[in-house]
Amino acid sequence: MQTPNGQGVLVHCETAGGRLAPIALELLGAGSRLAAELGQELSAVLIGEGVRPLASEAIAYGAGKVYVADDSALRDYSCELYLQVMERVVQENRPAILLFGQTLVGRELAPWLAFRLDTAATMDCLALAVEPGSKRLLMTRPVYGGNAQAVQVSKNDPQIATVRLKAMAPAVREEGRTGEVVEVAVAGQLAAPRVRTLEKKVEPTAGVRLEEARVIVAGGRGIGDASGFEQLEELAALLGGAVGATRPPCDAKWVAESKQIGITGKIVSPDLYIAVALSGASQHLSGCSSSRVIVAINKDPEANVFKVADYGIVDDWKAVVPALISCLRTEAS
Amino acid sequence: MKNIMVCMKQVLDPEMPLSLFRLDPETKAAVPPKGTPPVLSPFDENALEAALRIKDEQEAKVTVITLGKKLVRAVVTAPLAAGADQLVLLQDASFDEFDSYLTALALARAIKKLGPCDLVLCGLQAADTNAGQVGIGVASLLGLPCVTGVRSVRLQGDTAVVERSVPEGYEVLAVPCPAVLTATYEVGALREPGLEAFMSVGTKPVITWTAADLELDPATAGKAEILSMEVPIHESRCEMLEGVDPQAKAAELVARLRQAKVI
Repeated sequence: MQTPNGQGVLVHCETAGGRLAPIALELLGAGSRLAAELGQELSAVLIGEGVRPLASEAIAYGAGKVYVADDSALRDYSCELYLQVMERVVQENRPAILLFGQTLVGRELAPWLAFRLDTAATMDCLALAVEPGSKRLLMTRPVYGGNAQAVQVSKNDPQIATVRLKAMAPAVREEGRTGEVVEVAVAGQLAAPRVRTLEKKVEPTAGVRLEEARVIVAGGRGIGDASGFEQLEELAALLGGAVGATRPPCDAKWVAESKQIGITGKIVSPDLYIAVALSGASQHLSGCSSSRVIVAINKDPEANVFKVADYGIVDDWKAVVPALISCLRTEAS
Repeated sequence: MKNIMVCMKQVLDPEMPLSLFRLDPETKAAVPPKGTPPVLSPFDENALEAALRIKDEQEAKVTVITLGKKLVRAVVTAPLAAGADQLVLLQDASFDEFDSYLTALALARAIKKLGPCDLVLCGLQAADTNAGQVGIGVASLLGLPCVTGVRSVRLQGDTAVVERSVPEGYEVLAVPCPAVLTATYEVGALREPGLEAFMSVGTKPVITWTAADLELDPATAGKAEILSMEVPIHESRCEMLEGVDPQAKAAELVARLRQAKVI
């Protein structure tokens, strides 16, 4: 394999609520470690409106150089506009490695850049490492719905990867770090996007969002119907948590599609994940495997879910869940 | 008449029991288990459903394009029974089903060869690669705009009006056609074949092309390489909670979780 002909690690930092998003801190963490191994520099890119103040934060979290594209035209994410900015930054920075989060943004920008720059993007990476001899990036990602993991390399540069949320340890903030801020002038220089946003609707989630929930009670095919999920809602409410589901209950419309957890749904990592009457198909477990504690309740002692659970109860959920509810209620009173 | 292309991939059944899953260390691919036929990738079925809904509303011709090394006739002709008008099978031993670049290249060639179209629909990601790059790749190679992860599509003249979920809610976008759209399960399940569509399957054209027909050089390499593929070993750490009845087990669980300061 050829040694990379780029230099350094470049990380796209998403922002949320006026701060660096958690995924950005994770990418800066992974990026710093890779840059250190390569003996090269870590750079960051901030794209949006009002993001310039966050450049010093990116520096505090380890970026030696921060490219800032701050303009009202970039306030809302647009694939076509953000792509143009990224192409300019990559042309100037010429990184060996380019990292995005496996987010709505990263899932679009990474493949677009790969096809535009005649290189490869490797998606939803769980691990990144530098191959000692060639110095090329070894990227580990789930395939076959999580049944297997592949280690992949990109033959060309930049080596582009999207990284799964919570897969990497975040960077540590240090006061006193210095770095360079590079303005990327975009005013009047971006070609208008072909795709137009007609409407953006904010739908407040009733209760806790799955991605942020500390406790999740998830039901599978064994729940049987929508009313079964109401019991799970009761249990979740007592624990201050949210309800999720595997794919079959969503397909059967026992719960909203938005509750789907798995490789084709949401990836979650609560402190407590209670898996009720679900067998534990890989594509579902891929969505919850980074939970701190997993409890499985299933009639079938051979169910795959017990392989990843910390605690297991082999019994009928219809008896166990009401018992849990009653136990928690008794304790509360 | 609107011309809609739907790219659908034949994959190992993602719902098959884990116990049947085996990897061939030489080919670095899963071994198709005997007795479990392949299926069409689930999100691609959602893409076909989105195309058929457009055809429900206005005059449209839906062409399904499927690429693979070894396609199973019964599996890949199913879209015709669901309502697609013609099928284009791209079959060649040289096709690399795990390489996003090579797959996008072949599909883009086929789409170009089929003539002008209004819309190209694919699934958000294939059930085997889980990559989600081919739709974008086809768009890039054909110079078309692309919106990923749509949950509904309406074709209004030369514009596709699409909805997609975003973390805070959803957004509605207008995309000039021709364009590439990738669909998620939120579109809804693929309809069951109607009797009429089922009966007419035999009359619908099935075109078969090889890599040579697409003027693809079999020596063209992908941009990525899979070095290894493994089934991760889960070391079971599960503590089974015993008890005389469900109430006892539940009480034990609550106690253990409190002890571990989880709740």
